[in-house]
Parts: sequence; structure tokens; C-alpha cells
Amino acid sequence: MSDRAYVAERILPDEEPPAASIGFVGWLRANLFDGFWNSMLTVAAALILIRFVPPLVDWLFLDAVWGDAPPDACREAAGACWAVIWEKHRLILFGRYPYQEHWRPVLGMAILITLVGFSCNRANWRAWLVGAWALGLAAFFALMWGGFFGLTFVPNVLWGGLPLTLLLAIIGIVVAFPVSMLLALGRRSHMPVIRAICVCYIELIRGVPLISLLFMASFMLPLFMPTGVNIDAMLRAQIAIIMFSSAYLAEVIRGGLQAIPRGQFEAAEAIGLGYWKMQRLVILPQAIRLVIPPIVNTFIGLFKDTSLVAIVSLTDLLLATRQAVSDPLWRAYFVEGYIFIAIIYFCFCYFMSKYSQYLERQFYTGQTRN
Amino acid sequence: MAEAAVDSRTDPGSRDDPIIQMIGVHKWYGQFHVLKQIDFSVDRGERIVICGPSGSGKSTLIRCINRLEEHQRGRIIVDGIELTNDIRNIELVRREVGMVFQHFNLFPHLTVLENCTLGPIWVRGQPRNEAEATAMQYLERVRIPEQASKYPGQLSGGQQQRVAIARALCMNPKVMLFDEPTSALDPEMIKEVLDVMIELAETGMTMVCVTHEMGFARTVADRVLFMDRGQIVEQNVPEEFFANPQSERTKVFLSQVLAH
Ligand SMILES: Nc1ncnc2c1ncn2[C@@H]1O[C@H](COP(=O)(O)OP(=O)(O)OP(=O)(O)O)[C@@H](O)[C@H]1O
Ligand SMILES: [Mg+2]
Repeated sequence: MSDRAYVAERILPDEEPPAASIGFVGWLRANLFDGFWNSMLTVAAALILIRFVPPLVDWLFLDAVWGDAPPDACREAAGACWAVIWEKHRLILFGRYPYQEHWRPVLGMAILITLVGFSCNRANWRAWLVGAWALGLAAFFALMWGGFFGLTFVPNVLWGGLPLTLLLAIIGIVVAFPVSMLLALGRRSHMPVIRAICVCYIELIRGVPLISLLFMASFMLPLFMPTGVNIDAMLRAQIAIIMFSSAYLAEVIRGGLQAIPRGQFEAAEAIGLGYWKMQRLVILPQAIRLVIPPIVNTFIGLFKDTSLVAIVSLTDLLLATRQAVSDPLWRAYFVEGYIFIAIIYFCFCYFMSKYSQYLERQFYTGQTRN
Repeated sequence: MAEAAVDSRTDPGSRDDPIIQMIGVHKWYGQFHVLKQIDFSVDRGERIVICGPSGSGKSTLIRCINRLEEHQRGRIIVDGIELTNDIRNIELVRREVGMVFQHFNLFPHLTVLENCTLGPIWVRGQPRNEAEATAMQYLERVRIPEQASKYPGQLSGGQQQRVAIARALCMNPKVMLFDEPTSALDPEMIKEVLDVMIELAETGMTMVCVTHEMGFARTVADRVLFMDRGQIVEQNVPEEFFANPQSERTKVFLSQVLAH
């Protein structure tokens, strides 16, 4: 018998794993103290946190002035002055919209957010959703403008704050998205005229800053209009935002289209689908799934870029805040005001980010073997 | 839509008019002359196998039949409709012509059932439940009804190709085109696809198949075409084609494929 041959003499029992590899200690070892450099990094990070977190907590919470307090109270305190938010929140959130009528923008925002919430559920992606949006937006504008049923008329130069920001962002996204799909398809069209128009549009618009588009929309558009026709400032800003975002989005979507194999077009054509049905049912759904992360990137950019409308004198959330903290009594506490709206911007953007991750999971689980 | 084009069709009842006619068809890719003087017709119920060396233009030829490729000279008439630049005619022809591809080309974002009902619902305008019932019948015929709610990415190659066949059949086509339907498959899956194709042939479906499966050609084909360098070099009934090839090029080709 060769000495390479071997037979086990007994069955080995199961044993507990070594204590250092499981539980909290095991986790620490594997993640934070896994080798010399990792341990050094952990120690360095811990030192930085110890140095900076306690003072921040003190400033933000422990030493801060909360609730309804006069500016003098803030002057004596060492921490943040959240009293400025208490005092000015209506001005920050609603701008110059008449004070007694603030329930109207609140209700309007509730309508917009409900619409968005509804649209997030894939089960609702049906034709009636378009109708729901038309109705919802009509209700929003009716509420905001008023002028009927005893509601006082509020011209839209007085609209401001969060409702204006949400309106510009949501309509921007809802309109720019389909427009960008058409632009992306147009840029790949076999018809030279259509292709040229789309290429020019995308390259021109993408090549200039949004600020200059806003200026052009505000000061140059009226020059081209027949005298007497006056396009409202809000509408001009909205158009500039839509034009700008759709040019960006078009390129993102075109990236997705490029990734669709030729065989998909051929299979769709072979069963007799025409151009539009093929794009709508076969090509775009696949292309858009591929580029969800950059699409949401663009949406988040659009949301924050609405703050640029301040330069054409629209009182969006940012400008409303700036005006609110310009009160001489509270001027020292502008940082708190900006932190407050930063949190608001963050909440909306974080929601978009989370939703895009949810969508990606929805689309990819179960569709492949893995 | 396109009522005028329907009127130009010949009476579908007549048996001896060919369903596919190619008359003096030429095609170029740039300078490259890929199809040369193709004169070829297929009768209703006929089963044709096209073979030939790689690059000889087999795929190009059958893709001209449903206008996935455009020909530059000659005429192609399918079910009485001539293929021209008129997109309505092209779409009418495509409804009547099913196609199965080498790489299946299923729609990965749709379930198997949705793949099969897409055409009937959106091209033929069938109600959804009717289209689904038909689709289930065809999925049973290709022996994968239990996979209806899965996505293509979850199926084996052989299963995917059978779904692709069912998808084409759901449009209730008058002709089925196959472009090397088994050459992307592992050997053990080739048989399950060929079996489905043989059963389909037994139902009397008109079929044009590009394939190197000579066993299939022998048992199923009414006629075998041999192509080389863009030309139809030889065509004959399978017994004659395999026993007595006439041209030198056919002999060389057959000796190569049959050697395997
Ligand atoms: N889009 C194209 N542009 C230019 N040349 C092409 C194109 N498609 C095919 N060809 C060329 O035309 C010739 C015929 O191609 P085709 O795909 O019809 O051959 P085939 O007989 O199907 O070959 P295979 O057995 O490899 O599939 C080949 O030489 C190929 O390189
Ligand atoms: Mg080929």
C-alpha cells in the first residue's frame, strides 16, 4: 500500500469557531483593525471625530436657543440660534405670499407631493396618470392664484419660498423628461434635418451656463415677442430650466440607447412594430433602466439649480431665506437660516436618491439568473 | 390603416401562387456585392433550407424578405405585397412573416408571456386576454408553458429559442424565417429546438431556414438551396442535393459539413 493512501479513522465533531472571529470583537477585527494601515486609519478617524463632534453637538443642540426667543437671548447663548427659524419660518417657506393665505400654498404643496408619491408606484404607471397630473396641477394653480369663491387673487409675483421651488423643480422634471427622450431619439434619427436640429439644440443649450439662459429668457425673449404679449417671469424661468435640463437628460438617455443591441431593434421590427411603438415598448424602457443613476443625478441637479432663479428676481426658497435673514434684528443668524433650507434641499434630494435605488432593485431582481 | 395596400394583395386562397417571390434581386453593402441575381420563389406550405459557407449572404437573403435589409435592384413580393420604401407595405409584410434569430433577441425587460403578447396586442390590436390565451397555447406547443411568467434572462438558451419561436407564431404568420436558430446553442439543446421546428413543419407552415443541420434539411426540407459568394449556386430536392451535388463548390461544401 502506497504511503499516499489514507483513510479517516473517525468522524470529526463540529466545534465552535474561535471567539475572535465572531461577534462584536470579530467584526471589529475584520473591519476596523484589519492590518497596520487599517488600524492607523481607524485611530486617526476616531481622533478627528472626538475633536470635532462634541463641539458641533454643543453648538447645534446643547447650547442652542430653541423655540420662541428674542434675538437678545441668542446674543447671550454660545450655540445656534434656532429662534430665527421660529421667527422667520413663514417668510422662508412662503416668501411674500399674503400671510393669512398661507394655507393655500400648504395645500398646493400637499397636492404636488401626493402626485409625486402616486407616480412613484410602478403600478400607477398608466395612461390615467397623465390626467391625474393635469388635474393636480390645475388645482395647484387655481389654489395659488385664487380669485374665485372668495379666495383673494394672488398674482404670481408674490409666490415664493418652497412652493415656488417645488413647482419649478417638479414641472421641470415632468416636462424635461419626455422632451429629452424625443431629443435623444431625434439625435439618432436617420433623417438629417431632425438630427441636425437636435444636435444643434443639445450642443447649444448644454454649452452655456443656466444663469445665462435665465438672463436670456428674461431679457431677450421679450424682445422677440410682439409688443403687448408679455410672458410671465415665472414662466420664462420655467422654460429656461426645462430647456437646460432636457439638453443634459437627452445625452444621458442617448447613452442608454447606444447600449441597446441591434438585435432588439430587429426583433421589434420583425414582429411588425412601427417606429414609435418600438421605441416606447421595447427600446426606451430598456435604455432608461440602464441609465437610472445618471438620470436621477440630473434630476437632483435640476432641483438644486432652481435656486438660480433668484437672479431674475423670483423669490424661491433660497432668495426668500436671504430676504428673511436680512432683518437687522436677526441678521447675525443667517447661518442658521441656510442650515435650515439646506436640510430641506437635502431631504428632497435624498428621497430622489433612495427612490432611484429602489427602482433599480425593482427592475433587476428576478430578471436574470444570478 | 393602409387599406390600399391590402387591396393590392392577391387572393390568399389560390394555392399555386408563390408566397415569396424574389426576381433578379441584387444588394450591395457599399462597394461589396453581397447578393447577385437572386431569382427564387417559395410556394405556400413549402419548406426551404438554405446552406452555404460563412459570409455567402444567407442571412442577408432572408433578412431581405422582411426588409430588415434593403435590396437595391430587382423585386421582392411577399404575399402579394411588393417591398418598396413604403413603410406601410413593409409593416404589412412583417406582420405576416415571423422571424427567429440566431441569438434569440427576446426582450429582456418583459416576461416570456409579455414577449409573446407584445406583437398581437400592439400590432394586431388583439385584446389582452385573447392574446394571452393564444400565447399560452403556443408556449404549450413549444413545451414551456410553466416558464410563462419568467424573464428571458432566467431561461436556458434552448428555452429562450423556443420562446422566440412561440413569439413569432403568436403573430399567426404565413411564413416563418429562421436564421441559424441552433448555431448559438449547446449540443444538448439543439435537439429540443429542432424537434419544435419539425413539429411546426408538420403543421404545414411555410418555412425558410438558414441552417447547417443537414439532418434537419434531409427530413424536413422540400428544397435545399446552396449559396456561395452572394449567388444561389444550386437548388434541388434534398435527396438529389445530398446524393448528387452538381457543382464543384457544393461538393466541396458538403464534404466539409458532412465530415463533422
Ligand atoms: N452591415 C454590413 N455591412 C457591410 N458588410 C456586411 C454587412 N452585413 C454583412 N456584411 C457582409 O456581407 C457578407 C454576407 O453576410 P451574411 O451575414 O449574409 O453571411 P452569412 O451567409 O449569413 O454568413 P454566416 O454563415 O457567417 O452567418 C459577409 O461577407 C459580411 O461580411
Ligand atoms: Mg448568417
